[in-house]
Amino acid sequence: MKGIKTPWMNTHRRKQEAALGFLFASPWLVGFLVFGLYPMVMSFYFSLCRYDVLRIPQFVGFANYHTLLARDPYFWTAVENTLYYAFVRTPLCITGSLWLAVLINQATRGARAYRTVFFLPSIISGVVVSVLWLWLLNPQYGLINSALQMIGITGPLWLQSPEWSKPSLVLMSLWSIGGGRMIVFLAALQTVPHHLYEVVDLDGGGAWQKFRHVTLPIISPVLFLWIVLEVIFSLQVFTESYVMTKGGPLNSTLFYNLYLYYKAFDDFDMGYASALAWLLLLFSVVVTAVQFRVGKRWVYYETDSRP
Amino acid sequence: MKHRRRQWRQLGVYAILTAFGALFLIPFVWVLSTSLKGNEQIFTIPPQWIPSRLRWENYMEVFRRMPVLLYLKNSVVVTVLQMIGIVASSSLVAYAFAILRWPGRNILFGVLLATMMLPMQVTMIPVFVLFKQLGWLDTFKPLVVPAFLGGGAFNIFLLRQFFLGIPADIADAARIDGCSEFRIYWNIMLPLAAPALATVAIMTFMFSWNDFLGPLIYLSEKNKSTLALGLSMFVGQQTNEWALLMAASILMMIPMVAVFFFFQKYIIQGFTMSGIKG
Repeated sequence: MKGIKTPWMNTHRRKQEAALGFLFASPWLVGFLVFGLYPMVMSFYFSLCRYDVLRIPQFVGFANYHTLLARDPYFWTAVENTLYYAFVRTPLCITGSLWLAVLINQATRGARAYRTVFFLPSIISGVVVSVLWLWLLNPQYGLINSALQMIGITGPLWLQSPEWSKPSLVLMSLWSIGGGRMIVFLAALQTVPHHLYEVVDLDGGGAWQKFRHVTLPIISPVLFLWIVLEVIFSLQVFTESYVMTKGGPLNSTLFYNLYLYYKAFDDFDMGYASALAWLLLLFSVVVTAVQFRVGKRWVYYETDSRP
Repeated sequence: MKHRRRQWRQLGVYAILTAFGALFLIPFVWVLSTSLKGNEQIFTIPPQWIPSRLRWENYMEVFRRMPVLLYLKNSVVVTVLQMIGIVASSSLVAYAFAILRWPGRNILFGVLLATMMLPMQVTMIPVFVLFKQLGWLDTFKPLVVPAFLGGGAFNIFLLRQFFLGIPADIADAARIDGCSEFRIYWNIMLPLAAPALATVAIMTFMFSWNDFLGPLIYLSEKNKSTLALGLSMFVGQQTNEWALLMAASILMMIPMVAVFFFFQKYIIQGFTMSGIKG
């Protein structure tokens, strides 16, 4: 029906439909104005102020930004930790999920049962998963170091050591590689047309050639989307460090959003925290834009005849 | 020859999957086992997998030290209201974006998609100030009211995709018969979209049951706390009481695991629907 004018579709009718459109969309329109646009504008304004919620905001120009970038060592620690987390975790998560999806896709029978098993860890997230891993990673009596000890290795102190605390959190997040991301990859793998593999067969190519030259190009749009999303999500890591380490030891897990939270809700330095938030937004936009540029080189979009 | 190789490969695939599957499940067994131990059994090397005496009283102790039922009630209230709000408003909005034609629709849909990428921290502080001025802190309103206003970009996107898949003739036929737009939405489209609505509802459940930052910011009064928030406070209070911490975690996990097993189909479907078209 789209775009076709039918006789009963007169101007009156069209006006009516436009009014209905706004009416149906109004919950989101209101929500967007009140919880999206307005706070964004206000947040930028706060970032230019000294503001502790109790007194009215005091305009200070770019002082918050200046302090952040030039005089706040914690800021740079937080940036470093967060970048480490985002850029170590994302490749591991993506390849982990893809690897699992490829394996499950090859299991002719029982694929569903395996899918359920691997999905299970991903349904518990946030606080519960943090509490569980506090115990699993316990240096003396935790499961992981007990297992390591059985094969004669003395495990590290994990969350209690500044060198191992970030790798611990990455390891923890790998427990949920079987979640939604893997399901999407699995669905994408199933869209690969079979006859393309046969072409590789005819050329005498093996499994790796099939994966590299057929599977990867075809699923690359989905992979790309998830890489973009995962980087953004990882930049926002919060709950794990809040519950498990409070940013320690020696600020080694002081992530960006944890620092922002402390500034906003412990110190009530809302202006400073808003400046932090805007720098995060700016950085997220830049990283995403760069990814889209680089993506053009490796993401394969089928010129599809479908609308 | 080729056939034989294929069989070996299948065997290899199953071996790896089974080994890794076990690896992924072991933590659950370990946690359950810890939750039933006494301290003297927890701190032994090598660890005991099946405690010599199962201490179910650990679970009773959790109930004694933490108002589990109160937190549970709070979590259920917040989660159910969020589910209702999100399903109602996101389906309405998705209908506007998928079926109705109105000026600015495509631009606004672009805006909607862009909000998915927006870090929540950018809006968090002014929204907090707004709720504080409204006197809504320490009530469930900051968690519930936004759910009724839009219902999340991802959900709208998902439902819009689903509505677009429904043949337009169905709605047109009803329109010619003089059916009002709301009735088409309510009596025709919603029943057709039931599986997608179920997906949205269940994913909302998962999200809001686990949600931490929202309750942390808005609910500082202890008796308003949700389970997730309560559990995080419990961690601070019970250092080294691993059996109790694990028992409390398991209590919080049970509803999620149950929902997952009953409604797995809809969760999988939700991710599958969203992912293909990107």
